[in-house]
Amino acid sequence: MDKKQLNDHRDILLRYALLQLHDEAIAEDAVQETLLAALQTGDSFRSESAHRTWLIGILKHKIADHYRAAERHYSPEESASEDGEDPNAALEQLIFDGKGRWIGSPSAWHTPDHALEQDEFWRVFEWCQKNLSGQHARAFMLREMVGLETEEICQDMAISHSACRVYLHRARLGLRECLEQRWFTTKRSS
Amino acid sequence: MPGTTLVYYQEIIMKTCKDISCLLSDSMDRPLTWRERWAVRVHLLMCSHCSRFQQQVHFLRKAASRYFR
Repeated sequence: MDKKQLNDHRDILLRYALLQLHDEAIAEDAVQETLLAALQTGDSFRSESAHRTWLIGILKHKIADHYRAAERHYSPEESASEDGEDPNAALEQLIFDGKGRWIGSPSAWHTPDHALEQDEFWRVFEWCQKNLSGQHARAFMLREMVGLETEEICQDMAISHSACRVYLHRARLGLRECLEQRWFTTKRSS
Repeated sequence: MPGTTLVYYQEIIMKTCKDISCLLSDSMDRPLTWRERWAVRVHLLMCSHCSRFQQQVHFLRKAASRYFR
């Protein structure tokens, strides 16, 4: 494993760290330490994905170290709840009727790209994300913000492949619904 | 074989919006099988709601990927 290979994973590691640490400088440090530790061990891996899983494992320790040093309790969400009970299981019943048809059909979104330039949109986006169930939001963030593959998300959250699929689907349904109500239908005329 | 036709009918034509929205979500995470692709394609020809959902799921990805930048 060389420096170049490590750098390929750097962006994903940094986004992962940001998700947990919420501070750019601290996240940078944690990633730097992770890459350094990885270079020193110099293990070789069969596949890129095994390599990344290993790096994320190291990073998790660095993040836990940070919280320990800051004397704050670190409780990763994956330990929060098990697969079975899902507070948002009813979500699909709000979105689809008994025959699997949309209840409130998705409406056309006007100039969605324009929204990305507006601070107000990002506040709504965050708000909507916080309103998803914790597990759904985490699966979505790991997939779409950090850029992990679904296998990596299953490992990270200690959930089955089918649970992961359901979480991602519901997160997308929920986030779409919320953005439509809170942004695209209210701001459409402006 | 008549049985095969029935299976195709059920797998490709009979899908609900709920099923298709699930496949559209899946398509963001893995390649669909050819039957799934056909099911989506046939459904989207008839359903503007799911076509919008597809565009919006892509938009969610675009938005989320910018979050940390």
